[in-house]
Amino acid sequence: MSQKTTLLDLSPREATAAREIALRYGNRPDALLEILHDLQEHLGFIPEAALPALAKALNLSRAEVHGVVTFYHDYRREPAGRHVIKVCRAEACQSMGANELVSMIERFLKVKLGQTTADGAITLEAAYCLGNCALSPAVMVDDKLVGRVDAKKFETIVAECRS
Amino acid sequence: MSKVFVPRDSAARSVGADEVAAALAKLGHEVVRNGSRGLLFLEPLVEVETKDGRIAYGPVTIDDVASLPIATAGAHTLRLGNIEDHPYLKNQERLTFARCGITDPVSVSDYVKLGGFDGLKKALGLAGAAIVAEVTESGLRGRGGAGFPTGIKWKTVLDARADQKYICCNADEGDSGTFADRMVMEGDPLMLIEGMTIAAIAVGATKGYVYIRSEYPDAIATMKEAIANAVAAKWLGANIQGTDKTFHLEVRRGAGAYICGEETAMLESLEGKRGTVRPKPPIPALEGLFGKPTVINNVLSFAAVPFILAEGGTAYKNYGMGRSRGTLPFQLAGNIRQGGLVEKAFGVTLRELVETFGGGTFTGKPIRAIQVGGPLGAYVPASQMDMPMDYETFAAAQAMVGHGGIVVFDETVDMAAQARFAMEFCAIESCGKCTPCRIGSTRGVEVIDKIVAGEDRDANLELLSDLCQTMTDGSLCAMGGLTPMPVMSAIKHFPEDFDKPAALAAE
Ligand SMILES: Cc1cc2nc3c(=O)[nH]c(=O)nc-3n(C[C@H](O)[C@H](O)[C@H](O)COP(=O)(O)O)c2cc1C
Ligand code: SF4
Ligand code: FES
Repeated sequence: MSQKTTLLDLSPREATAAREIALRYGNRPDALLEILHDLQEHLGFIPEAALPALAKALNLSRAEVHGVVTFYHDYRREPAGRHVIKVCRAEACQSMGANELVSMIERFLKVKLGQTTADGAITLEAAYCLGNCALSPAVMVDDKLVGRVDAKKFETIVAECRS
Repeated sequence: MSKVFVPRDSAARSVGADEVAAALAKLGHEVVRNGSRGLLFLEPLVEVETKDGRIAYGPVTIDDVASLPIATAGAHTLRLGNIEDHPYLKNQERLTFARCGITDPVSVSDYVKLGGFDGLKKALGLAGAAIVAEVTESGLRGRGGAGFPTGIKWKTVLDARADQKYICCNADEGDSGTFADRMVMEGDPLMLIEGMTIAAIAVGATKGYVYIRSEYPDAIATMKEAIANAVAAKWLGANIQGTDKTFHLEVRRGAGAYICGEETAMLESLEGKRGTVRPKPPIPALEGLFGKPTVINNVLSFAAVPFILAEGGTAYKNYGMGRSRGTLPFQLAGNIRQGGLVEKAFGVTLRELVETFGGGTFTGKPIRAIQVGGPLGAYVPASQMDMPMDYETFAAAQAMVGHGGIVVFDETVDMAAQARFAMEFCAIESCGKCTPCRIGSTRGVEVIDKIVAGEDRDANLELLSDLCQTMTDGSLCAMGGLTPMPVMSAIKHFPEDFDKPAALAAE
């Protein structure tokens, strides 16, 4: 899983997944973002090996698909930890101590934003507003929003991620 | 057993609404997952249906559930009385958010019972031009930030001749301090569907998209559910309510790019491309999605339309001040005691919102700055809190109302750090198309660092001001064009934060 894929490594599993998902969207090139989201949900990341298959299915150049994958923050080129925690760094959360929260979390997990913990349990990422600005500071654990986050709440979240 | 309401809104869920709902269900109560009333500081808010109305308790934690006198709706330290009488709600002017929080958001029959689809029913009997005239009459201006008159935009699309037209809803809501779009989509999604369908009928479009940011998984799921229900009930899809009108609506997810809230970048993204900004002209109303005439509006703009059709443009226009007509759902956020959604007519002062509704800061310390209108909006000093919320008043003060986000900071805020963040954010989110924005923002961070460090302070402050001017004048879109607004407002109103002794600044 953690092995790096290269352009030459045309893993059939990844290419097949890409083709199947593209077909679900009628191979429509305008659905590329949706297709990439689904592929990432399925494989955990967007492997390089999937790109030529996607380009072919959607009748796009490989450069076009690559350009889209790299433009958007959501698409990851490498597998993440078992859980992804996004910490809001935007203004409303800043006003409630988000910067201090980020430092505390980084110390607690012993990783920086953008990194994965040594046990592979958690990937820590920055977010810029999660729409929970009245209950700041906010984090998102996978798809679940958490508000009014403090050290104690965060420790509970981490314990759940690791259990 | 009683009927109780516990919101499914993601903000309510973020502080334990699911756990509270499950515990109430376990006690045998009938639990309805409603939208949020917007009194977010009271979430999770539990409402009990009684013959005297809905009695509320909040904020309820899982540990409180056992002690709640649900059967009698009686006394408890968390009892708030009839929720409709709560001053935070009662003193609002809810036109758009009139229904939010009352019912199960995806129930078509609940929606219809509360006046839902009255606007669409009317629109189905009108010519396109008459619908556009009603929207124009209302004075509605785009709620996404720029405040462009919605009626004029629709008329351009109506008058354009094309074999295909589109309706696109901008639900990218990237501004910090805003969550009204999210609350509509999670709490009253059928209203957005109704507004978009009215737009489609008005301009002759048959296909539409809701572009929702990926940070909103609950909104995405709720919108999809509501669309499916609307189609099943024949309020959406082919031959709406047996007429010859057809409108197909699809949800599309963003992928974590603030710039995709800019309308032309959103169109690129909807076409499956990198979210870079298109030069204008051509305007999207003439050459938009796939090169076809396209109505692009914010969630709140579309959401205002059902009321305007049902009650008439004049009824809407009767609210507001000056050229800012109707109401705006303001969002009270950040360091505020009573954060939430407050829909008021334009003209309400910033002070009323922040102090009367908001109750001041969460920390209890004095207010120092308020960022209004998102990350590209100005920092307003506490001394200007008596300004009325009005597009023109704010513009005259080099500030902006934007999408109505109000983020409060107490006296501990470091305004040089906030100015630096504005530049940093622009550098992170720039689409890269033009130099003043792409390079200027990174330079901006460096220059502010030097100023804070006390290096050639006067020269660097001047350099920063020049840089801001270049960004304002030379950027293709408002990302680079407006980032100077928060930066320059911080310097103007809080110069002392840029002039600390170097030793102190280094701390
Ligand atoms: C950087 C940037 C971000 C924007 N983000 C949003 C957004 O998240 N939602 C939105 O409705 N409009 C956003 N806008 C404004 C849109 O470009 C556009 O004006 C709006 O969607 C038009 O709809 P309205 O007339 O109903 O406001 C943004 C503009 C810029 C320059
Ligand atoms: S101002 Fe920035 S975001 Fe806007 S087009 Fe230029 S580079 Fe892109
Ligand atoms: S700013 Fe953090 S949730 Fe909006």
